[in-house]
Amino acid sequence: MTTPLAPHAGAAPAWQRFVAQTGFEARAILRNGEQLMVTIIVPVLVLVGLTQVDVLDIDTDGLSPIDFFTPGVLALAVMTSSFTSQAIASAFDRRNGVLRLLSTTPLGRGGLLAGKVAGVVVVGAVQVLVIGLTAIALGWRPDALGVLLAVVAMLLGTAAFTSLALLVAGTLRAEAVLAVANIALLLLALGGGVIVPADRLPGPMEHLALLLPSGALGEAMRQAFQHGTLPAWSIVVLVGWTAALGWGAARLFRWH
Amino acid sequence: MPDSPALEISDLVKRYGDRAVVDGLDLVAHAGQVTAVLGPNGAGKTTTIECCEGLRQADEGTVRVLGHDPILDAHHLRPRVGVMLQDGGLPTGIRAADMLAHVSRMYARPRDLGELTERLGLGSFARTTVRRLSGGQRQRLALAAAIVGHPELVFLDEPSAGMDPQSRHAVWELVRELRDEGVAVVLTTHLMDEAEDLADHVVVVDEGRVIAQGSVRDLVADGDDSTLRLDAEPGLDVDGLAVALGDGLSVRENAPGAYVVIGAVQPATVAALGAWLAAREVLATRITVGRRTLEDVFLDLTGRDLR
Repeated sequence: MTTPLAPHAGAAPAWQRFVAQTGFEARAILRNGEQLMVTIIVPVLVLVGLTQVDVLDIDTDGLSPIDFFTPGVLALAVMTSSFTSQAIASAFDRRNGVLRLLSTTPLGRGGLLAGKVAGVVVVGAVQVLVIGLTAIALGWRPDALGVLLAVVAMLLGTAAFTSLALLVAGTLRAEAVLAVANIALLLLALGGGVIVPADRLPGPMEHLALLLPSGALGEAMRQAFQHGTLPAWSIVVLVGWTAALGWGAARLFRWH
Repeated sequence: MPDSPALEISDLVKRYGDRAVVDGLDLVAHAGQVTAVLGPNGAGKTTTIECCEGLRQADEGTVRVLGHDPILDAHHLRPRVGVMLQDGGLPTGIRAADMLAHVSRMYARPRDLGELTERLGLGSFARTTVRRLSGGQRQRLALAAAIVGHPELVFLDEPSAGMDPQSRHAVWELVRELRDEGVAVVLTTHLMDEAEDLADHVVVVDEGRVIAQGSVRDLVADGDDSTLRLDAEPGLDVDGLAVALGDGLSVRENAPGAYVVIGAVQPATVAALGAWLAAREVLATRITVGRRTLEDVFLDLTGRDLR
């Protein structure tokens, strides 16, 4: 004889699962020393280094160093959280079966993905706050329109780089992702039109950088803060990369 | 309770590349029963379970979980099915208690976490990060996560791998309790004692197919209670030996030089065997007689070759 089966616990409402997963993802990154290093400490050090240490002799278009470099450092920060950090975290979660286990709970694959993206946005908000306040302390004075346009640019950049992160994390071995995500960040940061504006890059790299999501994001951030506009070309490039990378990730992502 | 099966697999085929890992497998599991899928490593146990969990798509055949398709109706099944993966699937950077609390937030009315923590002895490592847990501690945490949502059906893939005896018995006790509550428990194992102690129904799987199934008693008895094992030189005439031993006994060479006599083994059988061997000047290196265990059945069915 079996006693009547207790009713199953039922799924929590979708918004509650989404909020739980978002917090879970954001905490996982903000509590992890290495992730904190790459997402917060590195961009802050880059900002302080470029503006306070007088080693580089760069023509800043008549802007103060803090006004010249802060938009690019914020673009770099978006890349660290939505690409490097997310790719590495997802790759190891995938290897350890975390993605599979959570996808069997009521959260499902869709909820897991939504929580990951929202978690990146939360981490991005923390980054902007820390980097922005540091820059303000160093004399940066952004105007409201610039901030508004920059938020749009950062969201577009987050979409493109999170898609790239998931494509890499879902197709390569975790150790390979670790290497690729760090090296790609370094290369794009130096030669991808992020911190150093694309028009300062040598020869054809200028045009190449503007076609990359890194250059498009860097350019959009500088235009937003320095001229109060969003370049249409940057938006087209970022949306295009998001569509292509998102399509690739959806098709090629392997859960095992 | 209507007796529609909790899990029904028919003619399941799953290929990786050209190789069929699951090759026409049928299986039925019922509520209020522990069904053990027993097989050597690489037999296709985990792949089969993953097809039921909606983690892999079957190439052929049908899988019905609580009457639903595990992929198309995943949305309906996730709140009702608990899963414990073989590799745990636990995020390594967070504390054990936070992990369990997080999974519980996916359910509207989860189990009481305090009670579950005490039941599985999670308290002693609740504040330890998953990365630093022992294998047995991780398994217990993964089991807690699998049942926190009061599932009607739970899949436990190698639940007692890496566990010390105390943990194992705590887990077995809990599995029996789930069964008594009416939960359908489907577990994979390659541990004979786990299947023997725990399972109401054992399904022996090898090379992607079911090669035997039934209760442990059915499988072990097979009509007779005893079995005789003989180790000697390979290539003996097994048909001739069977004739010499008398009616109702069959002889097989399971592996070169390893013979098994199945049937009602009597004292005279052993004498007849000795005489038959002596007449051929064959020296037996080992003769054992005993009740068949599940391990004997398993090895008879799957062979002794390492793979």
